[in-house]
Amino acid sequence: MTGTTAQKAPEARSPAREAWRMYRRNLPAVAGAIILLAIIGATLYGTFFYGGDPFEIVWAPHEAPGATPEFPLGTDYLGRDIVAGLLTGGGPTLAVGAAAALITMIIGVSLGALAGYYGGWLDNLLMRFTEFFQVLPALLFAMVLITLFSPSLWTIAIAIGVVSWPQTARLTRAEFLKIKELEYVTAARAIGAKNGRIIWKVILPNAAPPLIVSATLTIGVAILFEAGLSFLGLGDPNQMSWGLMIGANREYILDAWWPVTFPGLAIFLTVFAVSLVGDGLNDAFNPKLRER
Amino acid sequence: MTFSILLKRLGYGVLLMLGVVVLNFLLIRLAPGDPAMVIAGEMGGATEEMLSSIRAEYGLDQPVLTQLWIYISNVATGDLGQSYFFNQSVTSLIAQRIGPTILLVLVAQLLSILLGVFMGVIAARRPNGPISAFVSVFATVGYAVPVFWTGIMLIIFFASVFPIFPVEGMASIRMRNAAWYMQWLDIAHHLVLPAVTLAIIYLAQYARLSRASMMEVLGSDYIRTARAKGAGERAVLFRHALRNAALPILTVAGLQFGNLISGALLVETVFNWPGMGRLAFDSILRRDYPTIMGVLFFASMMVVVANILTDLSYRLADPRLRGKG
Repeated sequence: MTGTTAQKAPEARSPAREAWRMYRRNLPAVAGAIILLAIIGATLYGTFFYGGDPFEIVWAPHEAPGATPEFPLGTDYLGRDIVAGLLTGGGPTLAVGAAAALITMIIGVSLGALAGYYGGWLDNLLMRFTEFFQVLPALLFAMVLITLFSPSLWTIAIAIGVVSWPQTARLTRAEFLKIKELEYVTAARAIGAKNGRIIWKVILPNAAPPLIVSATLTIGVAILFEAGLSFLGLGDPNQMSWGLMIGANREYILDAWWPVTFPGLAIFLTVFAVSLVGDGLNDAFNPKLRER
Repeated sequence: MTFSILLKRLGYGVLLMLGVVVLNFLLIRLAPGDPAMVIAGEMGGATEEMLSSIRAEYGLDQPVLTQLWIYISNVATGDLGQSYFFNQSVTSLIAQRIGPTILLVLVAQLLSILLGVFMGVIAARRPNGPISAFVSVFATVGYAVPVFWTGIMLIIFFASVFPIFPVEGMASIRMRNAAWYMQWLDIAHHLVLPAVTLAIIYLAQYARLSRASMMEVLGSDYIRTARAKGAGERAVLFRHALRNAALPILTVAGLQFGNLISGALLVETVFNWPGMGRLAFDSILRRDYPTIMGVLFFASMMVVVANILTDLSYRLADPRLRGKG
């Protein structure tokens, strides 16, 4: 084991607690978690304190940031308040990101687990299926799905999930291939555990660390996806979102830089925080890697 | 390199493309509403005449399997249908747009690999040095920035603060009658910002990857041998180590191609680059399904071709793999 634990008499700690201990000491990871919580808090409760309808025209168009104290970040090309847009626009982005990551994980983990555990023709079939999905350019495929089935938060989340699962499936399969050869799996089989129980109760919990890291990074990718789609005008038209703010103000960037800059910063900061958390989890679960 | 492996790869590629055709077919059928209406595009307000000609062309009054067969054989002869919005065949529409996309994607790919690998190699020399730290930070930042926003920020900067690069389109109108090399230079001039925008995201990834890969290789025995022989630092890094560290980079470059095309779609929209991404955007706004499906088909084909090329170059780079299926 690593240096710190080897010196003391080994004390029984659960892996999760050990990981939490490692995570807490990792400054960027803690900073990422705090930023992320702040952003989630602001999008959940921000409008409660700040108020304001992001679609409502409240002032002259293109009021510069700081020029009017009521609108600290200025107004957009129609005269809508940018702060109100930022506060309400984060909700759909985060919700779609989380839902899409969940869908990605459900599809990816199920297919990867089946392929890795059973092997043989099933593995072959599922891997060909995965390769096929990797050939389709993800954003384009998602755009097609959303256009065909009309945009709503759910179709967007499902579309993002449908195009992004292959990597998760490959990762899960690799973990299953590795773990299914281990002794405790043989032991579980020896005491008569059924395949389903071995897959979900024995192997999956042991494959969890890399999958949790991958799930975190998937949220980041899904947020970027949602932003890109709303930027292109394929988001839910009735919901303000960061990508939509950038897309709507795109024609006027040379007249006013602020309506596109602040939502972009918000997206960047969110994904950046998510990836710091992901890296932190990765280090926490693999203390050995960290020392290199 | 054996010919049979190439044939096998090509055969698998054709199979994958057949899958894409079947998927296109299914998507049109699964979409809510009358397929003929879907194909005509909901924005247009299709006439009854147009609908019946679509029904005849796609065989929509026949059994589903016959329809599928008609669709596959049409695609096999290069007929991806008619765009009712652009009033052109989809194949000719894409033929006009595929060149600019390939140019943008290849230049961005080359730029990100060359610069990224260079940064990674330099960083690997001193894993705890400032360049290494910069590469790590840059990689995390590069991952988190939305590509369309980078493009917009570059446009704002280069249009209003530092106007040395064109921020829109692919060629200037005043160059229309200039000599061919002037036209090429003009296109290269227009290409700078879109290519850099697209390259930034992947640059960071290649830097991180080649740093890790180089650090692994630099610890191996043959590097110590090379150093013991008295090989110079540059020769050790670029001749001995990089050659062996290149394989994982090559693999990722191949896998990355699909993402690159997705990125190009956004970048083309931001910079009005007249490629397939811009075409996809325009046709989606108009619900011009034959064109959308055509773009999906050709974009997937680009990924398949890129995968085959990666596989071949992999075998060229690593003699151990030659002759293996």
